[in-house]
Amino acid sequence: MYTQSLSIPDGESGGPRKVENPEYEAEFNAKIDAGGFIEPKDWMPEKYRKTLIRQISQHAHSEIVGMLPEGNWITRAPSLKRKAILLAKVQDEGGHGLYLYAAAETLGVSRDELTEALLSGKAKYSSIFNYPTLNWADIGVIGWLVDGAAIMNQIPLCKCSYGPYARAMIRVCKEESFHQRQGYDLLLQMMKGTPEQREMVQDAVNRWWFPSIMMFGPHDSDSVHTETTRWGIKRISNDDLRQKFVDATVKQAEVLGVSLPDPELKWNEARGHYDFGAIDWDEFWNVVGGHGQCNVDRLAARNKAWEEGAWVREAAVAHAEKQAARQRQAA
Amino acid sequence: MVADMTQANITTPEHIEYVLRLGDNALILGQRLSEWCGHAPVIEEDLALTNMALDLIGQSRLLLTHAAALEGKGRDEDQMAFLRVEREYRNVTMMEVPNEDFGRTTVRNFLFSAFQVLLWERLGASSDAELAAIAAKSLKEARYHLNHSAEWVIRLGDGTDVSHARTQAALDYLWPYTAELFAANPTDEAVAAAGIGPAWGELEAAWEAMVLPVLGEATLVVPARTPFKTYGKFGRHSEHMGHLLATMQYMQRTYPGATW
Ligand SMILES: [Fe+2]
Ligand SMILES: [Fe+2]
Ligand SMILES: [Fe+2]
Repeated sequence: MYTQSLSIPDGESGGPRKVENPEYEAEFNAKIDAGGFIEPKDWMPEKYRKTLIRQISQHAHSEIVGMLPEGNWITRAPSLKRKAILLAKVQDEGGHGLYLYAAAETLGVSRDELTEALLSGKAKYSSIFNYPTLNWADIGVIGWLVDGAAIMNQIPLCKCSYGPYARAMIRVCKEESFHQRQGYDLLLQMMKGTPEQREMVQDAVNRWWFPSIMMFGPHDSDSVHTETTRWGIKRISNDDLRQKFVDATVKQAEVLGVSLPDPELKWNEARGHYDFGAIDWDEFWNVVGGHGQCNVDRLAARNKAWEEGAWVREAAVAHAEKQAARQRQAA
Repeated sequence: MVADMTQANITTPEHIEYVLRLGDNALILGQRLSEWCGHAPVIEEDLALTNMALDLIGQSRLLLTHAAALEGKGRDEDQMAFLRVEREYRNVTMMEVPNEDFGRTTVRNFLFSAFQVLLWERLGASSDAELAAIAAKSLKEARYHLNHSAEWVIRLGDGTDVSHARTQAALDYLWPYTAELFAANPTDEAVAAAGIGPAWGELEAAWEAMVLPVLGEATLVVPARTPFKTYGKFGRHSEHMGHLLATMQYMQRTYPGATW
């Protein structure tokens, strides 16, 4: 994961401001229109740079915070095979965070600055991770629905106009697909099991369904118009992506043998799509606004890890400096 | 897996016990390291600790499967990992003590991976072919764990006054537990006599030769040996073990017989 298709201002600090120049801008636009990539050394409008920093860093933060809800079950995984799969999955998410921070750094911002913004609560991350993981089936449902929604959001980003972001997304999407299959496989196994196991799966699906389809962000009609489409950052609208996700997922739910918690979900022959019920946008905005069940705990966990790790990071720097000094002396 | 029926006839209880120790060391330390996932001081170390946890869990799966095959009671890796009682776990006590902080975690990884490297080197020539194969695979992993943790022991010991003090405290805490690794016992003697593997006490001198120079470079003071003794490998554990098992066994105990 996990982009949330929502442009939430975080007010990150700007780097050196480049002069806006109509000639350069025409060239920039032409390159985008031709489907080319913008690279770190290319001229870009300041707003493009800032928009990307915000989006890429929110995505990176989401990967890192996203380690927490699933990490919650690593020590309790019910088999050694599942423990290994989950460890590897959460490790992948950390890896995604790293590539994405690296992609953001190409835009003239440091990982430390971005981390500070996350820890202070200034930067956002995907709201989906502010929901709790309450039973083992949540691990499967997160892989199936949350990684699944993330893939739907991120596949278009593999062709986004900023080269380093597009390339990071290609690698990330491959791994997210693998996570989705593993999550689904976990659920298939549980559905073949005892009544209690099937109940756990249904309970998890009931809790995660609507939050998952909220991951595509507000309806197009309610979205603030931005230049992200013009700039080739956002290529498919929130509602179109959400519809694609719902259409794909309904069949998977049938194969699994679970019901999706929406009585209005039904095939619409005329549209050639599934209709679905109203999304509770109040809930969505409440969680975005910091009032989800886990917002405070997630941020506290990240802050605790960072603060308790300070002496370790300082030691690494101090040792490197001492080594360099010793080498200078020896030379 | 070559073990099973043919070998079960000639398997001794000491042989099973020895393999269980190896498997439980990997399992319990793997469980401890997995607690770090998402909480380490930097993302790179989060990934590295998770990697070590994954390697150790992987080793434990092979070893517990092998121990179960030697035992011949039809148990699988998960029954071995999750459904024994505390007294039946054979890991050394050092594996189960809490992570505490990155310093203690790192020093333990260092002390133990050095021991594992020596053990896997010797077990590559085990008369138990399955164990020899597991050793060959695990040796590469242990070497990586050793290099990585040794670098960090040096960084932390040499780094700042704070990091030095914390790392020294970690070493002071853990060092007495290392005595258990090398304590003589009848299981080791029987296994060594059968050519299955070394008595662990045989590795002590080589282990010290491996760890002392790194601790020296880290400017840490090695504590003197004390009469402190632990008995995890005989199934007499610390107060920490029950809590670790309560967490680890939770699902298997709550939903008996379910397949995951
Ligand atoms: Fe992602
Ligand atoms: Fe991810
Ligand atoms: Fe993922």
